[in-house]
Amino acid sequence: MDELLELLKRNALETPENLGKMLGLNADEVRKRIAEYEERGVIRGYQAVINEDVLALDRVNAVIEVKITPERHGGFDRIARRICKFPEVQSAYLMSGAYDLLLFVSGRNLKEVATFVSEKLATIEGVVSTATHFMLKTYKQHGLMMEGEDEYERLKVSP
Amino acid sequence: MSMRGLRSRRSRVAEHVLRIPRSGIRDFFDIVSQRQDVISLSIGEPDFDAPWHVREAAIFALEKGATHYTSNRGLLRLREAVSRYVERNFALQYDPETEILVTVGVSEAVDLALRAILSPGDEVIYHEPAYVSYAPLTAIAHGRPRPVVTRMEDEFRLRPEAIRRQLSERTQALLLNFPNNPTGAELSADDLRGIARVAEEEDLIIITDEIYAELTYDQAHTTIASLPGMKQRAIFLHGFSKGWAMTGFRIGYACGPAELIEAMMKIHQYSMLCAPVLAQEAAIGALLDGLDDVEQMRNEYRRRRNFLLRSFAQMGLRCVVPRGAFYSFPYVGELGLSSRDFALRLLEEESVAVVPGTAFGTCGEGFVRCAFATAMEEIEEATERMGAFVARYRKAGA
Ligand SMILES: Cc1ncc(COP(=O)(O)O)c(C=O)c1O
Repeated sequence: MDELLELLKRNALETPENLGKMLGLNADEVRKRIAEYEERGVIRGYQAVINEDVLALDRVNAVIEVKITPERHGGFDRIARRICKFPEVQSAYLMSGAYDLLLFVSGRNLKEVATFVSEKLATIEGVVSTATHFMLKTYKQHGLMMEGEDEYERLKVSP
Repeated sequence: MSMRGLRSRRSRVAEHVLRIPRSGIRDFFDIVSQRQDVISLSIGEPDFDAPWHVREAAIFALEKGATHYTSNRGLLRLREAVSRYVERNFALQYDPETEILVTVGVSEAVDLALRAILSPGDEVIYHEPAYVSYAPLTAIAHGRPRPVVTRMEDEFRLRPEAIRRQLSERTQALLLNFPNNPTGAELSADDLRGIARVAEEEDLIIITDEIYAELTYDQAHTTIASLPGMKQRAIFLHGFSKGWAMTGFRIGYACGPAELIEAMMKIHQYSMLCAPVLAQEAAIGALLDGLDDVEQMRNEYRRRRNFLLRSFAQMGLRCVVPRGAFYSFPYVGELGLSSRDFALRLLEEESVAVVPGTAFGTCGEGFVRCAFATAMEEIEEATERMGAFVARYRKAGA
């Protein structure tokens, strides 16, 4: 992957000036390349990684395994896109193995998610079965640990 | 008066140890340690922890009961892995049975090499600015350090002619360190050939400290030991501290002619017995795991290097492009402060720590060492503060 994208993945707030200094480009070149990536749809957006566990929110997250019957024309895509339309669905992936789609879903409480599954998801034509797992605690997401570990001490001056 | 009485008035510390000056790094460490909230560019070790695979190898070995002495030379599995590694990456072939010794870091390996080859009064030529241990360890081995000065105008390269000028009847060895701490300098193919010719003609042993060999940013590193005719006179020293971020494990190795490795082993077996077994197991893990982790760290260092260089340019400071290691050595002499005063005032006024160039030899006057083995955010903040500092002193001087 382009080094610029790697750096943005790590910290999207890094300024074009600093990115340029790291990569040997000037800031305008960096801005231009970012704009190109946005245009091409490579960069889809910029978000903060939030540890919701510390916020005491009215919110539950679940992963749902979905089995579907592929259609003669379009395979899984049409149904998958339809499922993605629901605002409850945060992420969706086509999977190999025992089920077809893996959904990351969130709602205000258990009941809300359960209702979404039974009334919205399971009733879609082509959905064969679902299995819902609620998340209890987040340890790591997007490569980041949710609880900072104390840094082991390093000497301030060494040869 | 008894002879004992005479003796007791002598110094209790050996004279050649008394003569060794206090380390400029220690000196500065004591000053920096008294301060809180310092951003430090004066740390000569990676900010990364050792890769998880390496740590995992040590944990696994500990669970299996790796708590015993090993062979004096080090675990054969490690020597075999080292042999394969140096062959693949440096085009060097060493027999794991007789030509490789596992040591407690390159630090011990330098000490062993010097003690193994120096008779009292023998001279060792090395280049300055240099890593802090070479001159003291030479003196401790009853040898005489003979520094050759390298210059910014010359990109801190070591010239064969400069070596020739320091030769004497007593010159026994040439001690090299490229990529270099503190300048980041590398040698060109021409320089390497020229230096090899001097070594050949003058029958010198070459001790080459290659601890930064993996950390080069523009070109792969070539070791002088791989040049024709050099293997029989070179002691190739390497370790895991820098490339694999394993400084605290204290593990390294020496490769060289069986005769010299045997002599080093003679000292090592009595003074050290063997390198710590857990560190050896971790090192095996590092070598078996491939270079992915090393490469990721190298890429990060390269970006930080680029950032620092641009920042120095913006401050109007001259700095040779570091080709390797993780140090930059900008020239600050134009500001009318000595290296030491620059470092002290920068610490005082901006809470940024850099090492005065004089810690690496008198020719380091006018320079400071800024390491980029520190997180990007800290480098950003440190350069911002340093920029303000430099601008202030320029104005005052103008
Ligand atoms: C040039 C050089 N050699 C040797 C060492 C020490 O290495 P080790 O940790 O393997 O003893 C260092 C550490 O800073 C160094 O910069």
